[in-house]
Amino acid sequence: MSNAESVLKPMVVSPAQEAAKPLFDQVHAWIVTVDHKKLGLMYIGYGILFLVIGGIEATIMRIQLAIPNNHFVSPQTFNQLFTMHGTTMVFLVGMPLLFGFANYFVPLMIGARDMAFPRLNAFSFWMSALGGIILYFSFIGASGLYGAGSAPDVGWFAYAPLTAQAFSPGHSTDYWIIGLLVSGIGSIGTSLNIVTTALCMRCPGMTLGRMPLFVWLNLVMSAMVLIVISPLTAAQIMLLIDRYLGGHFFDTQAGGSAVIWMHFFWIFGHPEVYVLIIPGFAFVSEIIPVFSRKPIFGYAIMVAATLSIGFLSLGVWAHHMFTIGMTSYANAFFTASTMAVGVPTGIKIFNWLGTMWGGKIRFTIPMMFCIAFLFQFLIAGLTGIMLAASPFDWQLGSSYFVVAHFHYVLIGGLVFTIFAALYYWYPKVTGRMWNETLGKWHFWLFLIGFHLTFDFMHIPGVLGMPRRIYTYEAGRGWEIWNLIISLGVIFQIVGILFWVVNSVWSYFKGKPAGNDPWDAWTLEWATTSPPPDYNFAKIPMVRSRRPLWDLKHPEDPDWKYE
Amino acid sequence: MAATTIAIPPAEMPLAHELRGRVGMWCLIAAESAIFSIFVVAYLYYSGKSLSGPTPREVLHVPIFNSICLFSSSFTIVMAERAIARGKTRLFGIWWLFTIALGTIFILGTAREWYHLIYDEGLTISSSLFGTTFYSLVGLHAFHVIVGLTGLSIIMIFTALGVVKQEHSPRIEVFAMYWHFVDAVWVVVLTVVYFIAR
Repeated sequence: MSNAESVLKPMVVSPAQEAAKPLFDQVHAWIVTVDHKKLGLMYIGYGILFLVIGGIEATIMRIQLAIPNNHFVSPQTFNQLFTMHGTTMVFLVGMPLLFGFANYFVPLMIGARDMAFPRLNAFSFWMSALGGIILYFSFIGASGLYGAGSAPDVGWFAYAPLTAQAFSPGHSTDYWIIGLLVSGIGSIGTSLNIVTTALCMRCPGMTLGRMPLFVWLNLVMSAMVLIVISPLTAAQIMLLIDRYLGGHFFDTQAGGSAVIWMHFFWIFGHPEVYVLIIPGFAFVSEIIPVFSRKPIFGYAIMVAATLSIGFLSLGVWAHHMFTIGMTSYANAFFTASTMAVGVPTGIKIFNWLGTMWGGKIRFTIPMMFCIAFLFQFLIAGLTGIMLAASPFDWQLGSSYFVVAHFHYVLIGGLVFTIFAALYYWYPKVTGRMWNETLGKWHFWLFLIGFHLTFDFMHIPGVLGMPRRIYTYEAGRGWEIWNLIISLGVIFQIVGILFWVVNSVWSYFKGKPAGNDPWDAWTLEWATTSPPPDYNFAKIPMVRSRRPLWDLKHPEDPDWKYE
Repeated sequence: MAATTIAIPPAEMPLAHELRGRVGMWCLIAAESAIFSIFVVAYLYYSGKSLSGPTPREVLHVPIFNSICLFSSSFTIVMAERAIARGKTRLFGIWWLFTIALGTIFILGTAREWYHLIYDEGLTISSSLFGTTFYSLVGLHAFHVIVGLTGLSIIMIFTALGVVKQEHSPRIEVFAMYWHFVDAVWVVVLTVVYFIAR
């Protein structure tokens, strides 16, 4: 390590030299890159691209549902829209965005120069990208020779027997299967890489007990991906066998079972929700301490809570299936296990509040998003507990109440933390600060839009409005609520436009951020903004959970107390 | 680090970088195990639910010779690993070739069994639910054996060309983990298909 500095000197390329390269070379450099930071940014860019596409799909659906008896889109198109919206948001937005952050920051936070397997990393990204392209190619390609169908229209969970060849002719369902299979291979590759990186690539002194919570939570998330994506892959292989080799897995006429598809899908599908939200927790666990000027409250308990959420979430899947008529023992088990997840989640909420308690809170944009997250995730959790009670679920399963609940989790919870993370690490990635005023406009507009849309979405659900209907009759008391829900979308879109303008404008005109604009404590802030290709000229040595605090306060280092 | 009078404790070294191949392979094995679990669950759940014949009891015979061959290949690959760890590349090549031969016998045995089932017993992947689950589960395992054999053969070619040396021993061991996994899965598949769900 002593010679690291001298060895690495010649590698430095000044930004001016970098910019002088012709466009073709720059694009080529991105395509062939195995650098975790570039791949991380490509994952994030890919996620944002599909966020826009999935958002447009949602907007069209809300235009259709804004007023009763509307004919903005046909029923067939509406089916394709909700299928593609759900599939896109889970597989092409959520996972790539979160993998992007993990890719970029896990090596930086543990003081490594790259991931454990850089080439596998690139392979995984391009597999995920290919999966997205295959799925979206269905819009033009799925008619195939059969002249039937276009984009997949079987719902994001593709229940049997709707997916059988007889009921879903053409290739639209095949594009759904193959697209997700391929992107699943990418997900497995990346999570394998993140697990190995977190376990094997840590710098000297970075014991497991000193790893930033961000790394811990991404480690748990990746370990979960390894075992939850595979059931979906297996079920999709079975579906392909049914569709093309005349198999009978989900064919009830030959003794097969449609319910077994539901089990296999939700064995994947429910832990997947935790795969998405745990990285959200990871962002919050880094951002709240920095802007409260206190170390995280209950570090060890946070890790334990995450592990127990990961473990418990593997045994709750059938709460998606209360309405199919399971035995009362199964209903009781899955009700209890689902409610049990609320315990470690509650511990986390209290730990974040404990971190803020008595702290010197700085109300920056990332912190505002985190505080909104705390409130919204609490409400999302409470409606989750309601739906976990199987008798309640019999009443409101497959209604807009369920839609409101999981959008509260995924937007009020996850998307808010993603925006918090995008603002928090923007200075590190670009080297420039964003505009505070534009950021506040984004936050408040998005917050108002979110609450208009998803607070009021609970009400038509309770009033009996089912999911996935393309239109409804007037006079059922649903009209006003649907109109408010749709109007909220406008606020969300305008809010996000502020974010786009802010990001682009600040990239060129923002004031330089410096290495450590937040006075933070984890290792990514020890290097330059943006970090050089090799991350650290000298591999850092770590003696506590807050290495930068030790560096800034040698008279009162953390390692004296830990 | 700023100069300070406080004695700075030494930094411990975490898990060695050299272990990353093994950790990565363990992750892959975890993911693969999850896929196999789902197929095994499907097989067990559907056993006896087939609406038309033939039944497993009528047509399945325990592939004793095949299984012995596959299980022995785990032994030969361990001998190969030991040889390369001590730098005996020639001995390594011989044991490695034995491993490939045993794996190939297994695949040929499966092919013979399938030929018999398809042409003599009329059991195909689409003929009944039993056929669907049987060919899927055994086929998924056979597919993994073929992937393993491909990997083994590539390493064999490099060995024949004299590229594989003692320093590659850790990588050979990582690959061997995959082969052991394929063998271990056969223990489960054999038990489930030929003994439990008959």
